[in-house]
Amino acid sequence: MKKVIMGNHALSYGAMLSRAQVIAAYPITPQTQVVELLSEMCADGTLNAKFIKVESEHSAMAACLGASLAGARTFTATSAQGLALMHEMLHWASGGRMPVVMGNINRAMAPGWSIWTDQNDSLSERDTGWIQFYCSSNQEVLDTVIQAFKVSEKLMIPSMVILDAFSLSHTYEVVEIPEQEKVDAFLPPFQPPYRLTPEDPHAFGGLTSPDHYMEFRYKLQKDIEKVPALVEETGREYEKMFGRYLGQVDDYLCEDAELVFVTSGTAGSTARVVVDELRNKGIKAGNLRIRLFRPFPFEKVRSILSRIPKVAVLDRNVSYGHHGIFYQEVKSAMYGQPSPAAIFGFIAGLGGRDITKDDYKEIANYALKKDKPEEEIVWIGVKK
Amino acid sequence: MTKERKMTITIPQDELMSSGHLACQGCGATLAMRYALKALGQKTILCIPACCWSVIDGPFPHSSLDVPIYHCAFETAASSASGVKAGLEMVGDQETIVMAWAGDGGTFDIGLQALSGAAERNEDIIYTCYDNEAYMNTGIQRSSATPLGAWTTTTPVKHYKNRPKKDLIGIMAAHRIPYIATASVAYPEDMVKKYKKAKEIKGTRFIHVYAPCPTGWKSRPDDTIKLARLAVQTGYFPLYEVENGEKWTLNLKIKERKPIVDYLKLQGRFRHLKEEEIVMIQREVDANWERLLKKCGI
Repeated sequence: MKKVIMGNHALSYGAMLSRAQVIAAYPITPQTQVVELLSEMCADGTLNAKFIKVESEHSAMAACLGASLAGARTFTATSAQGLALMHEMLHWASGGRMPVVMGNINRAMAPGWSIWTDQNDSLSERDTGWIQFYCSSNQEVLDTVIQAFKVSEKLMIPSMVILDAFSLSHTYEVVEIPEQEKVDAFLPPFQPPYRLTPEDPHAFGGLTSPDHYMEFRYKLQKDIEKVPALVEETGREYEKMFGRYLGQVDDYLCEDAELVFVTSGTAGSTARVVVDELRNKGIKAGNLRIRLFRPFPFEKVRSILSRIPKVAVLDRNVSYGHHGIFYQEVKSAMYGQPSPAAIFGFIAGLGGRDITKDDYKEIANYALKKDKPEEEIVWIGVKK
Repeated sequence: MTKERKMTITIPQDELMSSGHLACQGCGATLAMRYALKALGQKTILCIPACCWSVIDGPFPHSSLDVPIYHCAFETAASSASGVKAGLEMVGDQETIVMAWAGDGGTFDIGLQALSGAAERNEDIIYTCYDNEAYMNTGIQRSSATPLGAWTTTTPVKHYKNRPKKDLIGIMAAHRIPYIATASVAYPEDMVKKYKKAKEIKGTRFIHVYAPCPTGWKSRPDDTIKLARLAVQTGYFPLYEVENGEKWTLNLKIKERKPIVDYLKLQGRFRHLKEEEIVMIQREVDANWERLLKKCGI
């Protein structure tokens, strides 16, 4: 069935079709419609789940983790300040191997108050041990929620499904809503190897001496390293059943490109259009939209970019005192590769400022004209 | 022929706690757990945030309790327990009791927001605060449960705690949850009775257990029961229940309350107090006692 829905509702439908059993959430603009629709679904019985209407995001994640440890499939959604408030519990989720799936609407961090998109909220949680998917369409949001549950529950590692504030969260698009029976066949019920039950009592997360702690973290790293291959496998399985493929990255005309934009989120959709326009003018451009950011898809990115003379990384975020975060990650992935590309770092669109086609053209001009970046960060559209 | 004498045993004999725990000598919190689990039985899941009990239970891979434990984040006892209860119900377990088990820091201070949220939603959980009146696990720092006049490492003798203990029962009663009780390790029959009563009630149940801490109070380990009893007999920590936020019942009526100095003088944390300061504390205890009697309609 096709429906015209907003990005936020794509998250809700994803959670519904995944048969989330416990939802705990707290409202924050621009996430509210996610939980409003889920509340209605729980109230009218469309979704058989318990919705815990907590008093903060910190409690939202804490309640999700309790429910997950009791053996239930859990979902929540938040944004910006709410995600930051959860920070402690994000470590708890991955460290405790609780496969919660959470929608995060990318919103700029205050102060000053901003409700508009940028990626500093989710990228500040880069090192919490969560899988991170960045989406560029409402269909991708819905499909990613279902796939994220599958990947997360297989490895017992939580996932964040990330979409841009307003340019996706509040934008209506046609979305194919899969049939429940088919989703059930794709995503079996959650069966964790251990859970909280008096029938088999265990203590979870107790005092862990230096003799044991490191091994727990080593295992987490080893398991999260399995995600890229699992995302590919899951994506192919999903494609067979639903006809849509999503992998670690979405690469567009990179094969013969002299310049490749590295993008994420909705800025990646704009880049696609610009690539077509540049190609019409005879410039061989390509777009590599990174969907799976954590774990970083090293192999995939290397295999695509190592043949490319010019790489322009666009960041809607900044690591103060360093670079744009995707820029750091791409440079790190390309370090020591046999044919290094010239990699340029651009920052644009902070706090929800539009990233336009003209911005991309400015980026293309800069990268094509210069042999290597002349500035640590090239700021696009900033009023200096 | 000797006459057969029988005693009714009100405290269940089943032990869900083993002796291999890591508590200090004379720890009141340890006794509190033992009695609470005796009353609730094995079909209980604990959510324990950062507190002495996150150490007492024993390090990974050991546990001194024969019930499942979720060691959760400091401020999340109530929110974690809410989640565990919802999760259990969704996987078909309606029966298991979920109990948050937190210290006074995790309850009066950092966990108060989550506790208020859970109580307002009337989550079907038991919340126990075992109160040793300071952050004992981190080495005796004041909490808002630390009493007037007490020394802690952050309220040194020259600047002892000059504010009274937070009225947590008042706060909980204002949420109109079905059941609130105070209990003391010196009165195990009363405590077991209250946990058994709580077990049969649906909704948020809050039990405030007085748990002396010889290490933090600078008292003798063998005075733990004596101190807990004196706290009740002086009217400093009375035993009572509040049902639906309205029906207040004093469980142990005391005809003649002992002077608070009897209780204070056994503890190093009050050693610095001058006579007039003890008088001030006595006045505080008297006023609280009168307030309680009024609420209980006595």
